[in-house]
Amino acid sequence: MSSMMAQQIIDGLAALTLLISFALLAQHRMLSVLHWFAAQGLLLAITAAVVAYSSGEHELYISAIMTLLLKGLLLPWMLWRVIRELHVHREVEPLLNSGVTMVIAVAVTLFSFHVIQPIQVTADLVTHNSMAIATACVLLSMLMMITRKKAITQVIGFLAVENSLFFAAIGATNGMPLVVEIGIAFDVLIAALIFGLFFFQIRDTFDSMEIDTMNASLVHKDDDE
Amino acid sequence: MNFFLATLLTPLIGGVLLAMIRNPKLAAKLNVLTSCVTFTFSLLLAFTVLGKDSIHAMNDWFYLDAYNVFLVSLTAFVGMTTTIFSKPYMQHELEIGRVNERRIRLYHSMYQLFQFGMLLGFTTNNIGVLWVSLELATLATVLLVSLYRTPAAIAAAWKYFILCGMGIALALFGTILVFFTSSMVLGHGNEALTWSLLHANASDLDPAVMGIAFCFLMVGYGTKVGLVPMHAWLPDAHGEGPTPVSAVLSGLLLNLALYALVRFKMLVDGSTNTDMAGHIMMGFGMISLLVAAMSLHKQTDIKRMFSFSSIEHMALMTFAFGLGTPLAAFAALLHMTVHSLVKSGIFFTVGHAAQMMGTQKMSDIRGLIYHYPGIGWGLLIGTAAIAGFPPFGVFMSEFLLFTATIESYPWLAAPLLLGLLIGMAGLFRFVQPMVYGEPPEHAKDVRVNMIPVYVHFGLALLLGLAIPAFLSDWYHQAASLIVGGGA
Repeated sequence: MSSMMAQQIIDGLAALTLLISFALLAQHRMLSVLHWFAAQGLLLAITAAVVAYSSGEHELYISAIMTLLLKGLLLPWMLWRVIRELHVHREVEPLLNSGVTMVIAVAVTLFSFHVIQPIQVTADLVTHNSMAIATACVLLSMLMMITRKKAITQVIGFLAVENSLFFAAIGATNGMPLVVEIGIAFDVLIAALIFGLFFFQIRDTFDSMEIDTMNASLVHKDDDE
Repeated sequence: MNFFLATLLTPLIGGVLLAMIRNPKLAAKLNVLTSCVTFTFSLLLAFTVLGKDSIHAMNDWFYLDAYNVFLVSLTAFVGMTTTIFSKPYMQHELEIGRVNERRIRLYHSMYQLFQFGMLLGFTTNNIGVLWVSLELATLATVLLVSLYRTPAAIAAAWKYFILCGMGIALALFGTILVFFTSSMVLGHGNEALTWSLLHANASDLDPAVMGIAFCFLMVGYGTKVGLVPMHAWLPDAHGEGPTPVSAVLSGLLLNLALYALVRFKMLVDGSTNTDMAGHIMMGFGMISLLVAAMSLHKQTDIKRMFSFSSIEHMALMTFAFGLGTPLAAFAALLHMTVHSLVKSGIFFTVGHAAQMMGTQKMSDIRGLIYHYPGIGWGLLIGTAAIAGFPPFGVFMSEFLLFTATIESYPWLAAPLLLGLLIGMAGLFRFVQPMVYGEPPEHAKDVRVNMIPVYVHFGLALLLGLAIPAFLSDWYHQAASLIVGGGA
């Protein structure tokens, strides 16, 4: 594979990743959000494999396999189980004015390209655009967390941020050293387990997965804001 | 070098053992023992490093210099006294049924895991591992904050988890950006994340990338430091978690986040050769100081009130490190030490006081000094110490910081003083009626261990009266390390 072609494939994958971030933001059915999240994980694994092939960094194959197992299969499966157990899989989450959200999302993307401008000039790696796209994905996932009112979709937003960060690492730097990569994957896994634990605690305590209900229990003390 | 491994591994082994011990009394004793052993090793380690400039251990994976080894000892020390305090405290919580034996087991195990994460974070030479260990310490404490399983505790833990998770994600993005530029200089491998090598080659790193990276790192690690406007998690987590956890969160975890931030500042300064990073830190510090001091006045919960005081003091340190003169760095390090000592001591006292009165609401806590003089005096002395009254160490460090501010930015001295005064007024406004006043009928007697509190305050007093020569040399050495970063 020539570097030109690798570059084009990676750029294509980057564009798809960005597209999925938009899709995540626009979905309102719980299961569709989960599907798009799984798709994002798979796409990441593919990107890692392509970068591994084109750059000759063999460690990245391990990252790719880890990503496939953890983010493409294990995490979506765990979330799916949780959603089924909690009987919320049919639930529809009203979005806060999706038109405005989309306009903000476009603005965020443009802003990311603007911020990353000075970096691109100096970059001599194959992937110029991926840094900007990764930044956009991080911010879009955060936007998703802000606009969502349910604990589960908030967590998917959180994990989507992690995905975007991983994309930044492979797209712009050909992957972090393996030790760090494993450490991060381990942390994400533990975080996901704790989230799972929390879902049930939240349901048992509040009878609802709404963030606002939870925060209400703090409000009577929240005189400081 | 063996001392180093022993320091690091003791809490890890202790944590694993504690996860298996069912008897809460035995577990509490083992918890104390583990922390005492860790502290002993950390002292031995400190004296090994003291004579030298820095030590690299295990193929550059770990790096010890004056700056972090003193924080290692401080962490191990406060970790130790907190376990001594937590023994009767958690026993009482078990007796009144706020926790069950399984959760006590979780508590002990996670406590040691948290210690391990802290020590790993302070000693690692790899900025990626630093991130991983900070995340580890966060994850360990999330379960501790929700230990009581009340609606408020779960909501607080969720808020803590989501906000800090977000913050830490941004810090990871900053770390990736640093790696992005350093891998062009140091090659694509662990070397490009090794702090000591990055520091040596800081001038070759691309200033534009480092500048952007620092913004992400500042917001990311700043969330964990508890800087305004990312501070929303901190009062809830401190207020709803068990008191020993509030003590270590305030006294230790915030330090680690600030430590990470300062390490990166040293890199960014070396790369950009401007005061950009320092100015950002000063801005965040000053705003946080003023907001926290004013928010303090509106609190009703005693632990939340003192957590705002923690934000205020972390803001002072951030501001001082931002100033970047040797005097300011010296003041910041001294302040870090005394704040950790005094604030954890205050939380110990507050924990006992809240157990006696059966509430954390300040309007229901009255007459501590009549009901149990030790607690009353403890709270009074602690508040005087943290508010910056002479002859305590906080006065010393705040005075030095004030002097450093007048030297470099005289016009900032006014808001600094204003923030300190507002904060002090807030503390005394609430503490005075709690200490004096009529003790309520329902106040009960609980088992109290005030020794850790007096040890902490005693050390803070000592640091205010006369800093021992070796400690002062140490601070000087660490301060020159931090300031000399760019030159």
